[in-house]
Amino acid sequence: MSLRRVEGKVLVVGDNVDTDVIIPGRYLTLTDPAELGKHALEGLDPSMPAKLREKNIVVAGKNFGCGSSREHAVLALVGAGVKVVVAESFARIFYRNAINRGLLVVEAPGIRQKVSEGDRVVVDFERNVIELLSGELVSFKPIAKEVLEIIEAGGLIEKLKKELQK
Amino acid sequence: MERDRGGLCETVAGRVEDSSLTSRILARASGRKKVEVGETVLARVDKVVIHDVTGPIALDVVEELKTRVPDPERIFVFLDHYSPSPSIPASNIHRRFRAFIRESGIRNFFDVGEGVCHQVMVEGLVKPGEVIVGADSHTTTYGALSAFATGIGSSEAAYAMLTGKLWFKVPEPLYVKVIGAMPEYACGKDVILSLLGVLGQEGANYKALEFIGPGLKSLSMSDRLTIANMSVEAGAKNAIFPLDDVTLQYVRSFGLSIDLSKLDYLKPFKVENPHYEVDLSTLEPMVAKPHSPANVAKVGDVEGTRIDMAFIGSCTNGRYEDLSIAARILKGRRVSRDVRLLITPASKRVFMKALEEGLIQILAEAGAIITPPGCGACFGANLGVAGDDEVVISSSNRNFVGRMGSPKARVYLSSPATVAASALTGHITDPRFFLRVGA
Repeated sequence: MSLRRVEGKVLVVGDNVDTDVIIPGRYLTLTDPAELGKHALEGLDPSMPAKLREKNIVVAGKNFGCGSSREHAVLALVGAGVKVVVAESFARIFYRNAINRGLLVVEAPGIRQKVSEGDRVVVDFERNVIELLSGELVSFKPIAKEVLEIIEAGGLIEKLKKELQK
Repeated sequence: MERDRGGLCETVAGRVEDSSLTSRILARASGRKKVEVGETVLARVDKVVIHDVTGPIALDVVEELKTRVPDPERIFVFLDHYSPSPSIPASNIHRRFRAFIRESGIRNFFDVGEGVCHQVMVEGLVKPGEVIVGADSHTTTYGALSAFATGIGSSEAAYAMLTGKLWFKVPEPLYVKVIGAMPEYACGKDVILSLLGVLGQEGANYKALEFIGPGLKSLSMSDRLTIANMSVEAGAKNAIFPLDDVTLQYVRSFGLSIDLSKLDYLKPFKVENPHYEVDLSTLEPMVAKPHSPANVAKVGDVEGTRIDMAFIGSCTNGRYEDLSIAARILKGRRVSRDVRLLITPASKRVFMKALEEGLIQILAEAGAIITPPGCGACFGANLGVAGDDEVVISSSNRNFVGRMGSPKARVYLSSPATVAASALTGHITDPRFFLRVGA
């Protein structure tokens, strides 16, 4: 895995952020991440896409990405420049979609109370910790082996390419 | 387990963790005798479902890999979300699908007007014991037919289309024991909304919701489909009902031949300590208030809330039984002048049956607007979109902000009976009022 650490500013959102607010249904004829990215999290607040411009880490509460299976939700965040989503917990389809598309997702219980919007943090995948502004370290659950295999292959489709070549 | 035919209850009782229906199906599909909760298995996938929203991204992958699908018979393609297309981009997506179908040799193709994928799939395509994945979260619906069915993303759909397999983490079962009998006014929707109120939006996340108990015999297939469908609103990976007489009668009505000797492992069994218990006999008409399907209340608590739009349809509640209970309430009456009532049969088969039985006439005479089969207004993209500050009552499955149109709209979810009653009065109304007077 080439990605050892991600450093950047955070956008903080709440619990149960569903895929309908991550990318509303009216945009689903789009598939280009850059186009989808212009509307990322728009359902929460129309100002969100602008706020995301200088931020690359989303910190969320419980059950991030619940609802529809639309992979567009992951593509929209990727298109908006998000590298990592750190949440208290994830809904399962979103979690799988994120892994498959190279969006890093880590579960760090308690994280939401410890950061404020605009904070600069470091997500360190070697130590499985998030380094906060204050220097405090918040640990996150190590990524499971089978999930890591997909990430290391460069996503599910890259993994599939290799499998089909065999 | 399998050698002891008929004695399944005794053999499995008490061994909760390793004996769920979900584990048994996943074990067979991965060529194993037994699988453990939490382990990852690579399982054979019997069917893959894609549609006009999630499908294009899967087609991108197939095209990028410059390959053909090896087994077209496994793949089921639906143009249901934009049915018919409301826009040029959606029409172009449909054109692309039709070209793909011609080239790939896929025969299981359902064009605009055939119906919502999940309804068409349970009209004689899904078989008990199968493993089915769909690039749609409501794929959980097929668990009503004792299949393992779960929603996945588009990339995974492409993976399953091209390899016939997918990895699954064997989910922990959450047993819901059903007791009592359904009151005449209650619908499957009232059952699942009650349960969502207890489970919350992530109460079943990553888990298999397994329904058991003596009350199941009073749940019709239509009720079970609604319950399995909305299990995903609590985060469930899948929902599943055991194979019983209701299942058999239903699947056989579509001409499917079922070899029971091979399906013993799907029969009902006892669980000593269920996680939840639902008593059907005490059910009341329920709603989910804005903006979460788990934000539930009794209809009585929100009675009188003024509405602008009412919708009966979707993979949750667009079946013949749903139109039928609506017709019982609407017959000989008139929808409020302040309300537009949209009714979208979930499939062409549902529409034709409702037409033959005279329901369409009753509904239309009462003032309902009948649309072509498909996802309809549920998805907020066509066939009736909610405006700013409008209040909607809907028989569909989600009331998230912006789901049915404007982010400023407020959506209440309920049974089709409650939607019909509310459409008559112009405000949220207990269906028992009309069912008593008009039955």
